[in-house]
Amino acid sequence: MTKAGVGAGTGAGTGAGTEAGSGAGTGATGAGTTVAAADAPAPAALLPRRRGVELSLIVLAVLLSVYGYCAVGLAKDGTVPPGAAGYGAGLGVLALLAHLAVRLRAPCADPLLLPIAVLLNGMGLVLIYRLDLETPGDRAAPTQLVWSTLGVALFILVVAALRDHRVLQRYAYVCVVAALALLALPILFPAVNGARIWIRIAGFSIQPGEFAKVLLAVFFAAYLAANRTALAYAGRKIWRFERLQLPTGRVLGPIVTIWLLSVGVLVLERDLGTSLLFFGLFVVMLYVATGRTGWIAVGLLLASLGAVAVGRLEPHVHSRVEDWLHPFATIEAGEGANQLAQSLFSFAAGGMSGTGLGLGHSVLIGFAAKSDFILATAGEELGLVGLSALFLLYGLLVERGYRAGLSLRDPFGRLLATGLASIVALQVFVIAGGVTGLIPLTGMAMPFLAQGGSSVVTNWAIVALLIQVSDSARRPRHTPHDAPRDTPHDAPRDTPNGTPNSTPRHTSHDPLPLPLHDEDPRRPG
Amino acid sequence: MTRHIRHAAAFCALLLVALLVNALRIQVVQSGTYDGNPANRRDSIARYAQPRGDILVDGAPVTGSRDTGEQLRYERTYRDGPLYAPVTGFASQVYGTTFLEHTGDDVLSGADPMLSPFPLWNDVTHGRPAGGNVVTTLNRRAQQAAYEGLGGRKGAVAAVEPSTGRVLALVSSPSYDPAVLSGNDAAAERAWVRLNGDPDKPMLNRAARQTYPPGSTFKVVTAAAALDAGVITDLDAATDSPAPYQLPGTTTGLTNEGPGCEDAPLRDAFAWSCNTVFAKLGVDTGLARMTRTAQAFGFNDVAVRIPFAVAPSTFDTSLDQAQLALSSIGQFNTRATPLQMAMVSAAVADGGQVRTPYLVERTTRQGGATVATAGSRPSRQAMLPSTARLMRELMVDVVREGTGTNAAIPGAVVGGKTGTAQHGLGNAGIPYAWFVSWARAERDMEPSVAVAVVVEDGSERRGDITGGGMAAPIARAVMEAVLTS
Repeated sequence: MTKAGVGAGTGAGTGAGTEAGSGAGTGATGAGTTVAAADAPAPAALLPRRRGVELSLIVLAVLLSVYGYCAVGLAKDGTVPPGAAGYGAGLGVLALLAHLAVRLRAPCADPLLLPIAVLLNGMGLVLIYRLDLETPGDRAAPTQLVWSTLGVALFILVVAALRDHRVLQRYAYVCVVAALALLALPILFPAVNGARIWIRIAGFSIQPGEFAKVLLAVFFAAYLAANRTALAYAGRKIWRFERLQLPTGRVLGPIVTIWLLSVGVLVLERDLGTSLLFFGLFVVMLYVATGRTGWIAVGLLLASLGAVAVGRLEPHVHSRVEDWLHPFATIEAGEGANQLAQSLFSFAAGGMSGTGLGLGHSVLIGFAAKSDFILATAGEELGLVGLSALFLLYGLLVERGYRAGLSLRDPFGRLLATGLASIVALQVFVIAGGVTGLIPLTGMAMPFLAQGGSSVVTNWAIVALLIQVSDSARRPRHTPHDAPRDTPHDAPRDTPNGTPNSTPRHTSHDPLPLPLHDEDPRRPG
Repeated sequence: MTRHIRHAAAFCALLLVALLVNALRIQVVQSGTYDGNPANRRDSIARYAQPRGDILVDGAPVTGSRDTGEQLRYERTYRDGPLYAPVTGFASQVYGTTFLEHTGDDVLSGADPMLSPFPLWNDVTHGRPAGGNVVTTLNRRAQQAAYEGLGGRKGAVAAVEPSTGRVLALVSSPSYDPAVLSGNDAAAERAWVRLNGDPDKPMLNRAARQTYPPGSTFKVVTAAAALDAGVITDLDAATDSPAPYQLPGTTTGLTNEGPGCEDAPLRDAFAWSCNTVFAKLGVDTGLARMTRTAQAFGFNDVAVRIPFAVAPSTFDTSLDQAQLALSSIGQFNTRATPLQMAMVSAAVADGGQVRTPYLVERTTRQGGATVATAGSRPSRQAMLPSTARLMRELMVDVVREGTGTNAAIPGAVVGGKTGTAQHGLGNAGIPYAWFVSWARAERDMEPSVAVAVVVEDGSERRGDITGGGMAAPIARAVMEAVLTS
């Protein structure tokens, strides 16, 4: 299956298959210390593993969440909620299992990633539980706990099963087909709240677009890693100052097609947040891969064109933009406060230090208080202090992702880490900017925090991948422990069912001075 | 690639900074604007999140709070709601507040900064101090006596303490239970529609918000003006007043209900309520002096608050002689609230001083610590003390041997004045029965209560409607209640 995927993909469109596996194996075996000095910031061999730090931080995160849970109960009923012990135990066991998986299978991983995820997910559960108390008929916390458990299970599965992130490169075309299929799936299902992005199976509603974004990031990373030289250098120069150089259609065509397809489908489904996210993700990854500022210009140009067109033609979007420009227009019209106005009221009510957990009134926001607008609850009850802390946690998560990307030496890993971190960053910005009136509102889920099963599961998968990537980035390169890690697992998989063509790909490139190529694109070509 | 990853990271950092700055903007810089937006329900939620403070009569609350568990959590309850409705008003989640619930709202809801011993502490904790109490000046027994005396008939009673201006009773009938307007459910809405559509206007505060032609009770003012002006110097000297009295400049003759009014001395004319004598007396006193005295009693004062606004009583200041004659016997454009007439009576009882009436003795924190007291109220001289002495004599005579004998109380000195005010076009309406009075226990130095009673409709035959017959017994019951408490 693995070779078939790549083979089909290369045969179908790109002709750039020779590059597909270029990065494999470089980080661990081939790259010398000379390269590390130029590219990776610190000699990885000296990095301590810090699993104990991770464990302590996880315990702290669980304790903080349980504290929040108890604070809600004390504020609402005057007693510690009866489920506090169970909640703490559940979250604790999940976190410990995840920690064990990291300790066993990715011992060198960044120690901050998992605790941040645990804390955000724990706080999300607290906030949802807190909002559940206001809406007795609609309890979301138990479901969210089930999804979180599934998410951690997926995390453990990914950490345990994926010994090396470079394996994913081989599944690039599987990923993109799966992503497009997932994106297209909701068209067959009825629209909910104006957006056609859910599918309902056995009482659970799933948002396939959430999973698609990870798959698409994997595909972009693999494709761009394989073709970035061609993207950077080949093709005609269309700008007089040679800033913008269009690559040949053969290289650029497939990826633009896929990107347009995904964004187009999302526009059809009216999932504007996700289409914006895909757009941004693509531009960022393209920029990082090619180093061409021109891509950003093109991206911004296309984005503005698209935004104007969609804003004009699509009434759903048009009303969102109007709400953003005039959040109090409905009040002046005597129709009461709309969701954005209610959200702004919530944030304002929190002020500097917040009302305290359980003591705010963000439930006034209405039906999306637990999902799209959950940040308003954080803003109202934890105040500017708590909200900033949340933003900084996300910032830290993103920063650790980028750091892993910087420390790695295989382009696929670097792009993958950058892409995953960018997903988190863009998503946080789009949704947080939306609910705080900074940009027009687009329905999206705050990573880990918001109610939404697909979102939680996806974010755990993202963290699992980042853990794996950071493990590779921080793994000492010359210890005996490292050597058996790559070869035994890669080799048997490649040879038995691989095509003759593909076998040399993974072995022949290592001696080449790829990391030097890596630095080239920034020089004027 | 490293450089470009760094660029991307820097871009993300920029996004983060934008989010943080924007959060600072909405949560701190502009939070005041958002908090103050009328569509922001947090203020109402906070105000109903705790039990409302109580309104106290004789030390006991006449209000309460009920926990509904809803978003606007505590609803108002009332003990003896209809009895105290003209004082408490209502406090509704939907329809707002009226009367003391309205004027005392800051204290009752806990919003008054004075309620907190350390105001800044509440800013830190986001807390709101417990609602304080409003202590009224009402006398429970006087209030009950007045309400029972009216017995469901349309009318009103106001009683004040002459030496202070404290309002002892404020009753309006028919009344309603303000509790039906508490909350924001469909029942409250139905009650609101029903009460507003009721032709008997049960939510109207007749004692303070409704003016009536005062009829003969206004003769107290006319007599005081005449005495002050020196138009009359001897209560027992015959006046030069024909009966019937032809209104100056018209062919209309003014008559009396009973005989013996021609040239009657002021004492008799007052005791038997001679229209002819007082119409002429008003004309003889003149518009300027009549106006001055009426305004000194509180007429034409648009700013009376007890602390809620009282409807202004009026004495027209631009009148011809005929109109002045009619105005002097409490007809034409002369109108007064029952509270105003109680003030007139109280001025006579208190040596000519008019004390500003007030209904709130003090406000307290929930524990009882005083937040604010009524303090000294301004008073003004409505008539000379010597005139007041004569007026007391005249009023005592009314109760002893005149039209007001129904108000007599054994063991007390009672002064009064009856009134039967005509109203309606061409005198078509059922007359209003008035009685204003004051009472002093024989052992006391000063009168301790002044009352005004008006009964709008009598079920009796029209000829039987008189102030002495219908209103005086109610006034007596109220005065007795005050004297014995």
